[in-house]
Amino acid sequence: MSSAATGERMGVEWRLAAPLGLTYLAFFAAPLVILLVMSFSVDDNLGGFTIASWVKFWGDPFYRGVVWDTLRLGLVAVAVTTLFAYPIALLFVASSPGMQRLLLFIVLLPLLTSVVIRTFAWIVILSREGVLNQALLALGLTSVPLNLLQTELGLVIALTQIEMPLMLLPLITVMGQIDPSLSDASRALGSSRWRTFRKVIVPLSLPGWIAGATLVFASATTAFISQTVIGGARLVYLPTLIWQQAMVVYNWPFAAVASVTLLVAVLAGVSAFAMLGRFARTS
Amino acid sequence: MHNPSTLSDATSQPLTLDAVSHSYGDALAVDRVTLEVRAGELVALLGPSGCGKSTLLRIVAGFINQTEGRVIIGDRVVDPLPPNRREVGIVFQSYALFPHMTVAENIGYGLEARGESKATCRERVQEMLATVRMEGFGERKPRQLSGGQQQRVALARALAVRPRILLLDEPFAALDKNLRLDMQIEIKRLQRQFGLTAIMVTHDQDEAMSIADRIAVMSRGRIEQLGSPVAIYDEPETLFVNDFIGSSNRFEGSVETVASDLYGVRLASGAIWTVTSRRSFSKGDPVLVTIRPEQLALTSKAAPDTIPVSLKLSLPIGGELIHDVESPAGEAFKVASPRRPGASLDMSSSMHCALAAHAKPILFPRPAA
Ligand SMILES: Nc1ncnc2c1ncn2[C@@H]1O[C@H](COP(=O)(O)OP(=O)(O)O)[C@@H](O)[C@H]1O
Ligand SMILES: [Mg+2]
Repeated sequence: MSSAATGERMGVEWRLAAPLGLTYLAFFAAPLVILLVMSFSVDDNLGGFTIASWVKFWGDPFYRGVVWDTLRLGLVAVAVTTLFAYPIALLFVASSPGMQRLLLFIVLLPLLTSVVIRTFAWIVILSREGVLNQALLALGLTSVPLNLLQTELGLVIALTQIEMPLMLLPLITVMGQIDPSLSDASRALGSSRWRTFRKVIVPLSLPGWIAGATLVFASATTAFISQTVIGGARLVYLPTLIWQQAMVVYNWPFAAVASVTLLVAVLAGVSAFAMLGRFARTS
Repeated sequence: MHNPSTLSDATSQPLTLDAVSHSYGDALAVDRVTLEVRAGELVALLGPSGCGKSTLLRIVAGFINQTEGRVIIGDRVVDPLPPNRREVGIVFQSYALFPHMTVAENIGYGLEARGESKATCRERVQEMLATVRMEGFGERKPRQLSGGQQQRVALARALAVRPRILLLDEPFAALDKNLRLDMQIEIKRLQRQFGLTAIMVTHDQDEAMSIADRIAVMSRGRIEQLGSPVAIYDEPETLFVNDFIGSSNRFEGSVETVASDLYGVRLASGAIWTVTSRRSFSKGDPVLVTIRPEQLALTSKAAPDTIPVSLKLSLPIGGELIHDVESPAGEAFKVASPRRPGASLDMSSSMHCALAAHAKPILFPRPAA
């Protein structure tokens, strides 16, 4: 009886989900299949079958380096946003409601401007004649202007600001749900603030951190605009490589290989974070 | 080295609050509270919600730094110490068990924080599980336990580190009624066994009456009265305490005769009651007389100290009948009488209300209208 009812409901749900499902099939799954086929093609007409593009990509240390740099950029972005997000989240949950609204507004601010504008703003800040260098020079902290544009450091600084909301929002949400008396209990039992943070706050906020880390990783590895505008021609990541191969060199099969590689790399990173979460919950 | 037999002779320490005040911004939450809790004594802070009980408890635990006054444990002023150095055990209303840890890990948490060896921790966790009768539950997660069991684990966790003071914030509020009595007995047993100095916060007078050695009745941040449960019940010092504890009737009257501490008071209905009071009044003073329903009785005989009444309602409550009555002068009040099977009140004749034998009405000054 109940299984028949569930079956019926499933039927209805399928019909409700069908329009979106078909859209996905036509505009998401199908292009993916074409992309995969393209990566094994001889030319950009999907003709022939060859693994030459794959061999060329993975046989060349330069391209392998690009894959590694891309993954590393994602991990560094996750690490740096984590480092800044936890103190802000702790401050947030300890604040009064009015203060929380103000903090939330500041956190969301980057999302209210377009990526392009935010990225160009960072150029103004990071360039040799930029705000940051002028401040450092004025303070006497450096005698020559630092080169931050077209460096990984500059890119990470910009990405950290741009992607902070993605880490902070899930983290704040989860930390706000932790019973404040848990910290009090830990303190009364003789734990320092630091031990309380490590033993109670971190494990209980892990679901929020994993959601945030997943978003930051996926978004930092694929941040084409920031990577090209701040990284320039000197730093090449997978999205830039794909663009060059597809739009400049017109080697579509090779661009397809890079695309599939990026897709798999991001998915691998994302599943690694998900698995970390499952592992932490069971242990 | 710790061993189980030293468990009960933990050195208990007195706790002193010396003129402690606390304000949240402009709002005064605790107002010059002075309280001495003797070593091994359980004091209940009793009062309506919002009167500052939790704030006081959090000051003792060190979560809040009071704006004025001192907290002394043993002979040491603990104000500069952070919560993790005060050796105060606290049981929260929500239990605050760590949901990601097992019961055993919860109980061992404080021991580990103090750097006890793994072996000592394991041994003491087992010992504490036995103390709260939860053997075999060590590997469960808190969410797999009932409310009462969680409460026991919270107690075991607080007691495992042998605190100098035990604080309980509304410990029974989240339990259903049947479990409450069990846990009250359990807490009293553990507090005695460990010889603990304890403060329990509650807004439930029955709870306070049943397990506290002394009760501090609080109102608007101040302690109104501190005394044994019996003293608080029989000799309330303020109208607030009188009204907050138990149920009580109020009569308006004025002093007619004065003979040392014996006052003849004429009530609105004309009855004259003779009342002893430690307060002094003069002839003609407007007063309030309060008396508990069980110290009044219904009778059919009129006398100078009886009030003619008409019965409006009788309700059997437990072993008592509560009569809701009214006098011709418009005084409405309650009279309690023991409920005897078969016996019924004679409703036909006129009824009067008299003071029962050993009744002790209480006099309070009444602001003249
Ligand atoms: N964190 C706080 N900030 C501001 N006011 C508070 C805070 N905590 C409690 N109060 C106020 O202080 C008073 C006493 O609160 P509390 O100690 O929690 O009372 P109780 O435990 O007796 O119910 C209340 O009026 C309450 O609104
Ligand atoms: Mg409270």
